[in-house]
Amino acid sequence: MSQRPSVIRQTIITPIVLIVALLIMAALSYQFGSRAFNRTVVEMFINIMVVVGLYVFVGNSGLLSFGHISFLCLGAYMTAWLTIPPVMKSITLKGLPAWLLHAQLPMWVATPISGIFAALFALIVGRVIMRLSGIAASIATFGLLGVINNVYSNWDSVTGGQGSIVGIPPTMNVWTGWIGGAVAIAIAYLYSISRSGLALRATRDEAVAASASGIDIVRERLIAFVVSAFIIGLAGALYAHFLSIVNPGAFYLRTTFITLSMLVVGGMYSLSGAVSGVVAISVLIELFRDLEKGISLGGHTVGLPNGVQEIAIGIITIVILMYLPTGLTRNREFSWRRWPLQRRLPRPVQTALKELH
Amino acid sequence: MRELLQIIFDALSLGSLYALGALGIALIFGVMRLVNFAHGDFIAFCVFAMLWPSIDAAAVVFAGQLPFYLLIPLLLLTGAALSILSEIVVFRRFRNANPATMMIASFALGFVIRHLLLMLFSSRPKSITLWPSLGLPVEFLGAHIPMLQVVTIIITLAVLVILVLFLKRTRYGLEMRAAADNFTMARMLGVRANGVILLAFAISGMLAAAIGLILATNSGTADIGMGANVMLIAFIATVIGGLGSIPGAVAAGFLIGAASVVFQATLPHDARVFRDAFVYGAVIVVLLVRPQGLFAPKSAKQRV
Repeated sequence: MSQRPSVIRQTIITPIVLIVALLIMAALSYQFGSRAFNRTVVEMFINIMVVVGLYVFVGNSGLLSFGHISFLCLGAYMTAWLTIPPVMKSITLKGLPAWLLHAQLPMWVATPISGIFAALFALIVGRVIMRLSGIAASIATFGLLGVINNVYSNWDSVTGGQGSIVGIPPTMNVWTGWIGGAVAIAIAYLYSISRSGLALRATRDEAVAASASGIDIVRERLIAFVVSAFIIGLAGALYAHFLSIVNPGAFYLRTTFITLSMLVVGGMYSLSGAVSGVVAISVLIELFRDLEKGISLGGHTVGLPNGVQEIAIGIITIVILMYLPTGLTRNREFSWRRWPLQRRLPRPVQTALKELH
Repeated sequence: MRELLQIIFDALSLGSLYALGALGIALIFGVMRLVNFAHGDFIAFCVFAMLWPSIDAAAVVFAGQLPFYLLIPLLLLTGAALSILSEIVVFRRFRNANPATMMIASFALGFVIRHLLLMLFSSRPKSITLWPSLGLPVEFLGAHIPMLQVVTIIITLAVLVILVLFLKRTRYGLEMRAAADNFTMARMLGVRANGVILLAFAISGMLAAAIGLILATNSGTADIGMGANVMLIAFIATVIGGLGSIPGAVAAGFLIGAASVVFQATLPHDARVFRDAFVYGAVIVVLLVRPQGLFAPKSAKQRV
């Protein structure tokens, strides 16, 4: 009897391929790209973290979340509180507690704290939200986004209200961005091959059967929710360092939509899909940004009106959902050998499954 | 006594707004299992339909100048047309898709509408004056109630009565209720799927237009984000009311309106800006006790 190869041996290739691909991008951009291009690449790496974090919850549980951008907000503001020099904080953010007001931590300490802060918050609200049924849970996460935005744009003495907080050290470059992306991919991969990840995917595919096999759906969903909040909290910290300002408007509907459409375009149920969706949409956004700035044609500058970018991305998302509902990657992972659980099923089984749904 | 009356009217008029919003969402959810995230942008679209596209700060009023007996039907038609159009162009292709896919599709549609409006009108809020006489207060048992509140409450009650009569007494209403209860079974018994769904979208679009009119009259401004707030609360109302229950959604809309007004009146001054956060906190408490919602319909129970 031959021994079955372990899950890790069969699937480890996916995160390695992804991380190496990102490393090549980082190196190429560092070597040949302009300053502006490097910033675009860093932004893409941060988006990869966000979307991979989103994938950990959405991809494994099959539930949609509109609230994950609030974790980005929590992480970014936490980093702002921890890293802005105390002199500046005492002028703009008078309402902070004293220990936070006098703290100034280096980036590599503040970032994990921001992630843990977001994860703790997710643990508390997740305990309530995960008890709801599928669609109701999605709507509740949308409510979460509204609450966080409401609080952060009105709590003037602690968050600076609608205005921006400035003074976060701008320490991001392509390499720190790449490390962030790699860490996110590694955590997401480890989660998806963990016992909880496998159990959660079972509930996604056949909730009744999974429940009958003794899987506690609420608990597994909560674990995924917390892990994804941690990753997105880290992304928020890096995002704050990237922009060096934070303001609540950056963490609302537009970002929620763009990240969700990145996930959908790539393929909701696979890690490779999450990463390739970000790359594809980032390229598109960059393309439309240039078109909006205008191209010179024989002395005249012809440009698209502002806002075409968003409309185009919205329409592309709808079209992809219509004609390629499993995304660009068809929900498969990059690998040399196919993922054993996603092997092509024999035709009769496929038909039977289709009729079941 | 006078203050109490004031609070009651505030609660009823705010609740009316939320109830109309929740109704528009619950109707579509009932026939299609679609959570329409574009509803808020439908509302904003109807408001901006009264203006001529321009990016100047001063609004160029277009349809808004019409007398009310033309303006109201025109706006209702606009809402219905936009809603029906989005069904035909977008949502029809997602009939058999899973709820998550439909949600993202509607979110994407709302995003497109919102940015279309942004492109045409810029993000600056614009002032728009409709029927200033409605802002005048009327005396009622010693309390000064703005006329608009009274009108809002009357309109909402009228809409609710008409809808109840429609759903309970007419053939189309019966078909719609049957479809909401069990869509496949209803189709097998001869209910025309497309007709029922189009009807639900048309009614929902008209409700969005009604909300748009009330909001615009009340605030005197046209703002891209104005629909999103109502929609968010309307969503919460449909969840608390029990997804799929139309009376539940309406009742929960009124409840949330009442809770908001009570929080507004009783919270200390500094905490008032967080009123919505407190409302959501109350919602979470409700859901902890009854995760399936207050008025969960029997058909919503998952059968195994």
